[in-house]
Amino acid sequence: MAVQRRAIQPLGQRPRVLQMADVDKSFNGGVVALRQMSLDVHEGDFISLLGPSGCGKSTALRLLAGLSSPTSGRIAWEDPHGAGDLSVVFQEPTLMPWATVAQNVWLPFRLKGMRYDQVKDEVLEVLRLVGLEKFAGAYPRELSGGMKMRVSIARALVTNPRLILMDEPFAALDEITRHKLNQDLLELKAKIGCTIVFVTHSVFESVFLSDRVVVMAARPGRVIREFTIDAPYPRSEAYRTSADYAAQCRAASDALYQAMGEAA
Amino acid sequence: MSLDTANTTGFAAVDQEELKRARAARRERLGRWLLPLLVMALAVLVWNRVVVWNDIPKYILPGPVLVVSTLIHDAGILFPALLVTLEITLMALAVAVIGGAGLAILFTQNRWIEMSFYPFAVILQVTPVVSIAPLIFIYVDNRLVGLLLCAWLVAFFPVLSNTTLGLRSADHNLRDMFQIYGATRWQRLRYLQIPSALPYFLGGLRIAGGLSLIGAVVAEYVAGTGGIGSGLAFRILEAGYRLNIPRMYAGLLLIALTGVTIFGVLSFLSHLLLHKWHESAVKRET
Ligand SMILES: Nc1ncnc2c1ncn2[C@@H]1O[C@H](COP(=O)(O)OP(=O)(O)OP(=O)(O)O)[C@@H](O)[C@H]1O
Ligand SMILES: [Mg+2]
Repeated sequence: MAVQRRAIQPLGQRPRVLQMADVDKSFNGGVVALRQMSLDVHEGDFISLLGPSGCGKSTALRLLAGLSSPTSGRIAWEDPHGAGDLSVVFQEPTLMPWATVAQNVWLPFRLKGMRYDQVKDEVLEVLRLVGLEKFAGAYPRELSGGMKMRVSIARALVTNPRLILMDEPFAALDEITRHKLNQDLLELKAKIGCTIVFVTHSVFESVFLSDRVVVMAARPGRVIREFTIDAPYPRSEAYRTSADYAAQCRAASDALYQAMGEAA
Repeated sequence: MSLDTANTTGFAAVDQEELKRARAARRERLGRWLLPLLVMALAVLVWNRVVVWNDIPKYILPGPVLVVSTLIHDAGILFPALLVTLEITLMALAVAVIGGAGLAILFTQNRWIEMSFYPFAVILQVTPVVSIAPLIFIYVDNRLVGLLLCAWLVAFFPVLSNTTLGLRSADHNLRDMFQIYGATRWQRLRYLQIPSALPYFLGGLRIAGGLSLIGAVVAEYVAGTGGIGSGLAFRILEAGYRLNIPRMYAGLLLIALTGVTIFGVLSFLSHLLLHKWHESAVKRET
């Protein structure tokens, strides 16, 4: 089961993978983290959840991941057999410091009871995909922040899941590394055809990466706007300086300010 | 790492810096060994001079030379005694490790067990062993078992509390990761909690090593001269009754050396297990 390549359909023709419908989430303290949130995830989507701090982006992601359950509303997988077939990339690389890079990437398989030699090829292939094949035997502490993040992404890709959830994975990195990883992520996605829900508070990142941007507002967390970014993939660094990109960013930025204005 | 800092201009300056840093590192490594040895040698010298100049009789304070020669002369008595003490110490340590770590795992698997038994562990720990030991020797006929029990009582708590803390300290994001991948409770314990707990456990083990020696020695004192066994503490006590002060010092020296050795061995073990990945044991290249 090497990393599969799925074809990505154009927007509007993609089959639905996961549906979040009218979800409320409140915590014991009475904090309403999400109100009436709905989100459809289609196969091949690159969705960005964009919003100010505290608007419930991480909460939404944890709900999608099944790490917590909604107070009301419904989260349903289209294909019940594939339910929960997902992986997560957190803001911190979240690697096991006592294990080598290869062992870290092996983890999802290991937890399914597969020995390393059974899946060695897959592990080394994703490491090659993220450009770290030379570091298979290194320990996380020997890697830079960007490299650790690549390992974390490799681990998310290795099982070839139906959905990959990313919670501000690049927020802690410097701008140059972030741009590079943005670029690499798009290339990976084009190669593999995976489905990604990506949390960010950066307008520029969301517009550069995704084909759908979901803008959220805080207190209570909710979706206030959703728009598509039509610019075709592959998007190169040149796209970052194009007029189209600037216009899209302005639109997203306006929506975000509106979100923050409503919250204030 | 060096790639980041190296720049095309000023290689000479970098070389100078590197050299200076390497020299400083070498000095530090040397100093770490040399300084304590020097201080120790100085102390022994002062001890020797004080004894010689003041003509202190050997039944009050024997000089270092006499202590060492007694150690050699009485080796036939002292070393078998050391073996007995060492045996109890190591057995107690082994039981402390198994009991402490096992109990810690049990505690983290089930809150109710922890709630029920943790207070007892604390009570056992805070009660001085010298006050329990006489009771133990009343109820336990087998002297070895009694000694073991005393030493274990002193030694198991650091292992228990450190390991419990360690098992709990697993990164919460990694926990989530394990949950997402459908890890079983056993897998989580095996692949996440136990490795996370390892540095904590080893810290507890180092403390327990010293404590089990203390426990063994104290228990021997309490068990007194009535028993058949003859560990180091018993020999020191016996020498004290006979006013054989040099032998008391020789026995003391042996106990201290044993303690240091145990600490050294456990520190080395800890280094072996952690040096590849844990911050405490990793030498960062700068
Ligand atoms: N476990 C929890 N218990 C109580 N309240 C929580 C919990 N998790 C989140 N919240 C609250 O829910 C709201 C949304 O939090 P969330 O972490 O989802 O925000 P976010 O959009 O991810 O913010 P950021 O960009 O800072 O990460 C916040 O007001 C937060 O205080
Ligand atoms: Mg968050």
